[in-house]
Amino acid sequence: MSFRGKVAAVGVGLAGIGEAPGLSHLDLTAMAAKQALDEAGLSFSDVDGLFAANLQNIFAPLNVGEYLGIRPKLSEGTQIGGSSPVAHLIWAALALDAGLIDTALICYGSTQRSVAGKLLSPSTSEPLIYEMPYGPRYPISSYALSTSRHMYEYGTTREQLADVAVAARQWAALNPDAFMRGPLTRDEVIDARMICDPFTVRDCCLVTDGAGAVVLTRSDRARDCNREPVYLLGAAMAHWHRQISQLPDLTQTCASETGPRAFEMAGLKPAEIDVLELYDAFSINPIMFLEDLGFCAKGEGGPFVENGGIAPGGRLPVNTNGGGLSCVHPGMYGIFTVIEAIQQLRGDCGDRQVADAKTAISHGNGGHFSSQVTAIWGVQETL
Amino acid sequence: MPHPLPEGPDERYAAYLAEGRICIQQCGDCQRHVFYPRLFCPHCHGSSLTWREVSGKGTVYATTVIRQRPDKGGPYNLCLVDMEEGVRFPGRVEGPAPEDVKIGMAVAARIKQEDGNPLVVFDPS
Repeated sequence: MSFRGKVAAVGVGLAGIGEAPGLSHLDLTAMAAKQALDEAGLSFSDVDGLFAANLQNIFAPLNVGEYLGIRPKLSEGTQIGGSSPVAHLIWAALALDAGLIDTALICYGSTQRSVAGKLLSPSTSEPLIYEMPYGPRYPISSYALSTSRHMYEYGTTREQLADVAVAARQWAALNPDAFMRGPLTRDEVIDARMICDPFTVRDCCLVTDGAGAVVLTRSDRARDCNREPVYLLGAAMAHWHRQISQLPDLTQTCASETGPRAFEMAGLKPAEIDVLELYDAFSINPIMFLEDLGFCAKGEGGPFVENGGIAPGGRLPVNTNGGGLSCVHPGMYGIFTVIEAIQQLRGDCGDRQVADAKTAISHGNGGHFSSQVTAIWGVQETL
Repeated sequence: MPHPLPEGPDERYAAYLAEGRICIQQCGDCQRHVFYPRLFCPHCHGSSLTWREVSGKGTVYATTVIRQRPDKGGPYNLCLVDMEEGVRFPGRVEGPAPEDVKIGMAVAARIKQEDGNPLVVFDPS
């Protein structure tokens, strides 16, 4: 089964990136959704497929649908952590291609910064009884354990991790929407407050507010929309574990499975991807995903990112919005990997625009390296 | 009479710990060991899991230090230990400073009382 090129993104929206005091996560979600629909030249009444998961509503499609005044024919609320909105692409593509729906709205919003402590916390609402007696600090401690193993097996260095955060900041400096845009050096990352070895606070994603939305439709309908369509060429998801103690090899995630499957559907190879948006909850993430998705061999992610490898002007443009590390990270970042990929392929990105970008990858991560979802996008000529 | 329910594996594990025994399951079909406790083998999906006591010998597989202020108890170790039987335990190595716990370190399991419950922790061996 392939849905290569069958559906396209025709609108994206962002709202409340950074801080949005006084607004609820549903307010922000609605603002982003309105912007995405306006871009497409569509309206709320056109939406018959609603895709939503968040950290503030257990039954997110119900809350979002009610607020927006949408009565969907089909809704989907897969909650597998921060990758969920990327996973929703798969279900949206299938439902659109099957003719169950005509217009899919995927949306996410959070006021994690403004209402700190009032979120549905995955780590307190669901006790993981064999890990929690040892006082893990979720999710950072799980990623830190993985990093310890990556450093041990492959010699990945503290400096290489820092260079991921520095690259993100350099991209953020080119993005007026990014939350943290000031200069950041390798030494400043390493010398920042240690949170969970080897991570300092600068190795960790931001805690922000923010919302994002994407509108998809079938490719035949997409050509009638306002903006040039960006086509979904392939997508794949997988999960192998919930708790980090159950992942057999802490240096390999199931992105090693989703990457090949998504590339196969897209008919592309890693070398043919122009822009990468890789969920960077922590500085280890892009290193791990560059390896697992096949952009470099296992263990070579550290050297790959070192000395500006993924920074502006480097060997490969990664996390061009500034990522979760410097642009926005409102609890779940997945939707923003999708939005930035689409904006890059439409040429909307101003100072951070990657020249002649024709293909892009959105890679979502959820839980503790638990769920992985890869989506590959292309412009018209890639069909 | 409805079908009888099996004994809860979490409760069985806790009961062994309370007796001073660290026990894990072994699959009668594929012979692999299983942790955390379950009703079905996650490797071959067989249902003939039986309990056995571990040797307690293990090796640190991954480790970190969770930093917190001294007035909150100070930094502490969090690690994953590969047990001789082939299962991996989350845990903590006690004794060395938390940052001195290293991958590859040989450790031995011990049951301690913590917050009123028995808990498996590790000592260098």
